[in-house]
Amino acid sequence: MPETLIPPRLLPSGDSAITVEFSRNIDDAANRRVLALDRIITAEPIGGITETVPTYRSLLVHYDPVEISFDQLGEQLLARAARALPTTGKTRRWRIPVAYGGEHGIDLEEVAKTLQTTPEEIIARHVAGDYRVAMIGFTPGWSYLSGLEKFLHMPRRQDPRLLTPAGTISIGGVQTGVQCLAGPSGWHLLGRTAVRTYQLHRDPTFLLEPGDAISFTAVDAKTFAEQDRAAEAGEFVAELVTA
Amino acid sequence: MSKLVVTSIGPASSVQDGGRPGSQRYGLTPSGAMDRLALAAANTLVGNDPFAAAVEIGPFGATFTARGGAVRVGLSGAPRNADIGGRAVAFDSSATLAEGETLNLGFARGGSFSYLAIEHGIEGEPMFGSLAVNARAGLGSPYPRPLQSGDELETRPASGAAERRIDLPVMADAPIRVVFGPQDDEFAEESKRLFLDSEWKISATSDRMGFRLEGPVIRHLHGHNIVSDGTVNGSIQVPGVGQPIVLMPDRGTSGGYPKIATVITADFGRFAQMSAGRPFRFEAVTMAEAQAEARAFRDLVRSLPDRMRGMEDFGLNVEALQDANVAGQAVSAVDAETWQAAVP
Repeated sequence: MPETLIPPRLLPSGDSAITVEFSRNIDDAANRRVLALDRIITAEPIGGITETVPTYRSLLVHYDPVEISFDQLGEQLLARAARALPTTGKTRRWRIPVAYGGEHGIDLEEVAKTLQTTPEEIIARHVAGDYRVAMIGFTPGWSYLSGLEKFLHMPRRQDPRLLTPAGTISIGGVQTGVQCLAGPSGWHLLGRTAVRTYQLHRDPTFLLEPGDAISFTAVDAKTFAEQDRAAEAGEFVAELVTA
Repeated sequence: MSKLVVTSIGPASSVQDGGRPGSQRYGLTPSGAMDRLALAAANTLVGNDPFAAAVEIGPFGATFTARGGAVRVGLSGAPRNADIGGRAVAFDSSATLAEGETLNLGFARGGSFSYLAIEHGIEGEPMFGSLAVNARAGLGSPYPRPLQSGDELETRPASGAAERRIDLPVMADAPIRVVFGPQDDEFAEESKRLFLDSEWKISATSDRMGFRLEGPVIRHLHGHNIVSDGTVNGSIQVPGVGQPIVLMPDRGTSGGYPKIATVITADFGRFAQMSAGRPFRFEAVTMAEAQAEARAFRDLVRSLPDRMRGMEDFGLNVEALQDANVAGQAVSAVDAETWQAAVP
């Protein structure tokens, strides 16, 4: 199936935003295009753009139609999207501690059973993954990661939970994610991290950026509790491995 | 320091301003006023910046009392019976509460949201450049939650300026205009026609995140799951049950349902004021028309200072006007329970 659309499709999202769509599917190559276009726009701004929102497969470009029309902006976006992908510069890599299973990951046992293996293997596989922040969305700091190995792909729950804890690390479909605030979720809960990807009055308020590389390390419940106190006091807890 | 004390207030009332765009890439919704023109009109009446923070009042009644000095306010948006200590006050005008006086506001008539702007603005600590309440993210100032009785809004004393009224264009009872997309290709031509040709009503289970629509079932071509992508104010997404949801200022920044169309900027406030249960239609316009209307809307906001008049020629028969206008209390688009349940 052809995945990445070159040139991308320009889809109107009302009179003040354009969706630049590189794929209809979750696709790493398309996501790299999205993030590349986002960086090019930051480096070479186009008058009238008010903000950009990268997602898995498209870049949503908000603009002021008083400053620039749909056609004018679309033309400039296509010109920038046509550029070759920049050779990857430095990528930030974060190591995020996770307390897996038990009260922190109430679906771990069930996931292991469904995939006909042990909770230990699920943890080992999830920790071994090399992930990238594909997008942040839905609620503040909710980071959707690409790079989940096929073995761990699972349909979402039939009945989404109305409330899942802050810091939940979960899997759903082909994705894994770091959830910041407590809220509804239909994903399978593997564990919790003390890391706050969004914390008011901390600099930076938002820890992760789309494009950041992520790996997880397993910690025990006692360490989670200590890290949770440190994070509440404003520490990152996540370890910046390369900047 | 003067202050306006909230002496009674219904749900779905909060401090709102132009919102906090700029961090949607981190999942932070912009929030901000449901009806930006009404916010701008209320602020203009008392000499504030058009998108300064004001009180967005939900469909139920509210009362405010001036303490520590006189407080001057501007009122716009959904009209209500209003008086200050028994003295009738008209909407789309300014008024001053002397120290100790109470402003009484009745239920919203013909709309849901009214705006009470305070001269010199509301004192608060901006977060991401805005005082707007976003209860889910714990944002907003002076209170990061909907307003409650006993809350205090601090401001500087009233200037004593002459009261003003403002002439606003009459809200047309016309269809709500949309542009198709971004995912209208997920729907058959027949479904798009059904969307345009049908009468819709806003469900009572609507809130500042989204307005649910009641009408015919809109079917998808390829199922209702798409890969999540970005949303805007006015995105009309169609979930599996086929009843569209129009995304409002407290929306999630991304969503995974196909979006058949988007309400145009110029009609968004009029849509936000649509009372629950009242039938309306959508009309598709071209991008060029929508953008021309967006420019005209910007010009309208800019023209607000020129639309102000003194009170002299106002024919102060406000009470008669109000009596003539009470056509039963409008049912609001905002359901109190839904809205409150969303607060963590």
